[in-house]
Amino acid sequence: MSGGVDSAVAAARAVDAGHEVVGVHLALSRMPGTLRTGSRGCCTIEDSTDAQRAANIIGIPYYVWDFSERFKLDVVDDFIAEYSAGRTPNPCMRCNEKIKFAALLEKAIDLGFDAVCTGHYATIVTDDQGNRELHRASAWAKDQSYVLGVLTAEQLAHSMFPLGETPSKALVRAEAAERGFSVASKPDSHDICFIPDGDTKGWLGERVGIADGAIIDREGNTVGAHEGAHAYTVGQRRGLNLGVPAPDGRPRFVLEVRPKTNEVVVGPKEALAIAEIAGSRYTWAGLPQQHPEESFDCEVQIRAHADPVPAVARIQPTENGDEFVVTPEIALNGVAPGQTAVIYVGTRVLGQFTIDRTVSAVPVGV
Amino acid sequence: MAVYLDHAATTPMLPEAIDAYTRALGTFGNPSSIHSAGQEAKRLLEESRETVATSVGADPIEVVFTSGGTEAINAAIKGLHWARNVGESRPLILAPGGEHHATIDAVEWLVTRQQAEVHWLPLDDDGFVLLDALERELVDNGDRVSLLTSIWVNNEVGSIQPIERMSALAARFGVPFHVDAVAAYGHVPIDLAAVRAASGSTGGAGLVALSVSAHKIGGPVGAGALVLSRRATIEALVHGGGQQRQVRSGTQDVAAAAAFAAAARSAVERMSSEGPRLADLRDRLVDGVRAAVPDAVLNGPTGETRVATNAHFSFPGCEGDSLLFLLDMAGVAVSTGSACQAGIPEPSHVLRAMGRDEDASRGALRMTLGHGSTDSDVDALLAALPSAYAQARKAGHADRAVVPR
Repeated sequence: MSGGVDSAVAAARAVDAGHEVVGVHLALSRMPGTLRTGSRGCCTIEDSTDAQRAANIIGIPYYVWDFSERFKLDVVDDFIAEYSAGRTPNPCMRCNEKIKFAALLEKAIDLGFDAVCTGHYATIVTDDQGNRELHRASAWAKDQSYVLGVLTAEQLAHSMFPLGETPSKALVRAEAAERGFSVASKPDSHDICFIPDGDTKGWLGERVGIADGAIIDREGNTVGAHEGAHAYTVGQRRGLNLGVPAPDGRPRFVLEVRPKTNEVVVGPKEALAIAEIAGSRYTWAGLPQQHPEESFDCEVQIRAHADPVPAVARIQPTENGDEFVVTPEIALNGVAPGQTAVIYVGTRVLGQFTIDRTVSAVPVGV
Repeated sequence: MAVYLDHAATTPMLPEAIDAYTRALGTFGNPSSIHSAGQEAKRLLEESRETVATSVGADPIEVVFTSGGTEAINAAIKGLHWARNVGESRPLILAPGGEHHATIDAVEWLVTRQQAEVHWLPLDDDGFVLLDALERELVDNGDRVSLLTSIWVNNEVGSIQPIERMSALAARFGVPFHVDAVAAYGHVPIDLAAVRAASGSTGGAGLVALSVSAHKIGGPVGAGALVLSRRATIEALVHGGGQQRQVRSGTQDVAAAAAFAAAARSAVERMSSEGPRLADLRDRLVDGVRAAVPDAVLNGPTGETRVATNAHFSFPGCEGDSLLFLLDMAGVAVSTGSACQAGIPEPSHVLRAMGRDEDASRGALRMTLGHGSTDSDVDALLAALPSAYAQARKAGHADRAVVPR
């Protein structure tokens, strides 16, 4: 129970469904802030108290479990390391993968619980053989199946998402108000919970270290300067302050970040188009695809709020083990290594991988 | 009914304290007012002060009521430090490791914001301050020391510190000594005048201040006292109308003082009978835990130098909060020692100060007895413990970054 409205209603519904429920708030920082700020939805003393008040009203016991060490190692340090390597990680997915449905779930099962119930908007469908599948929420506008794409069959077997069938957040808020939860009108959280003021660049700059470097074009010519490559993301146009105009005078976009040489590569908008993405760190959300080495039709989604794109996927052997390779029907825009590609078949989440490499739709010089 | 083994956190209010509280709430008047209603309130307030003073071997004028132990400790540490630095420079505060956070954080604030320095004195394996280390500090730095402060009974592991000998050292070097007696109150005899006399404390040196809290002895939360020798020199923490020797301004809480006094009277009266009874019960608890979990390690001393009500164990391979959760589900309330505001159990800094490793500090559980504790409470704990321990051990250190093998 984060202290937000979704987990409070999820807990209440689990109780209504007849389960024996204990509210658990994850302490993810050893030095929690006191008051809620901005659009962060968790991790302060105020949020912890909000969660406890909801548990009081539901009438369930409530405990704080400390996962701050694991969170720092698996989510915060990973976030810094990924950015340092020029990749764009999704810390919420890492938290689901390593904390909520791993460390928390393992501890819960060891202590005698059967499942972790959360306020995510997604649904679990059980097939005739009892296999569990992860599906989108019935309302796509609130669907959070993307950030749950990292869950495996074993994790899905011990997960519950009571909000997945509710068609809108407004209904959840109305239910929370009806149940008397003080958090019924609490703002949604958007920002990264461990960056208190929402200033990701400034926060990263303090940890990654800032060094001046060059902005170059795809041919390697220096066209500008920057004050730290980590501050740039693929697809970015604003704030480049390039000294040398493009030959054709058209705007340029960040195509690539190279932390080793501290270079930022820019180029025309077309060069952002990505024809293929691939990654070796993949999982199946439930039963794996049969014969995945044969190309199969699917849809790929590369951001939490991006539209899915029809694609063809396959598992391909490489020197360093198997790799998930996806070819979208229409080129993807602004893909950065480190992002997660979630593979859907209809509403079902089939699996996911972390993007290691991309293939541009537009070769250099064209 | 749930079994309560966390009397050191707070203990149920005694019926006589509730009775005194509710009766006093029905009386009316500001004790500082001159009219009859004020005088009536003042009469009850001063009767209460006399009773509390008797319970700690002090004169009534030496009892300064506060909002509780934390305020008393802050007032003593900051007030003595400030007073010792008027026109002088005595930046150094001496305190043992493993103090309560009220002390640690007050001292650290003086260090961070007010150019104070602190030397934390080492503890031995049982949690006792090393007196030769204290003496060495006083020999080396005595003229730079603003005050010595120490807990009397450690709130986690129950060690009873050698307060009289510490007071004698402080007196010898002209240093004022404050004692956090919150966990000692009601469990060991406290006598300000006797300690001062026995330790050669004169004027503002040696034992000059004690902090106590009402809710640890069956009084209400929100009431405590700074017991301040009439010879002490102190700066006020709270300024205002000049009540209570101008040490602690603010309209005085007559009802809280009356309830505090009722609890103090009972606690002192019962100490000679309750002490041995609870010590026997505690020994049964300790033996039972050892029999149920042979790996469990008792932290702190045994015998006369341990407070009668305290048992504190490290359970290897377990997180204390897992054990606490499982025991709570089984209807037995215990503690992991200290919890911060967010309810996050911290690895015990007391055990770390005693030289225990992190594993022992993480798997720590404190069980504390009080009035009303019975054999059946201990039986319930011992019945629930083996399966809780087995299950908590299975969960192990799932929430740790590095899983010990």
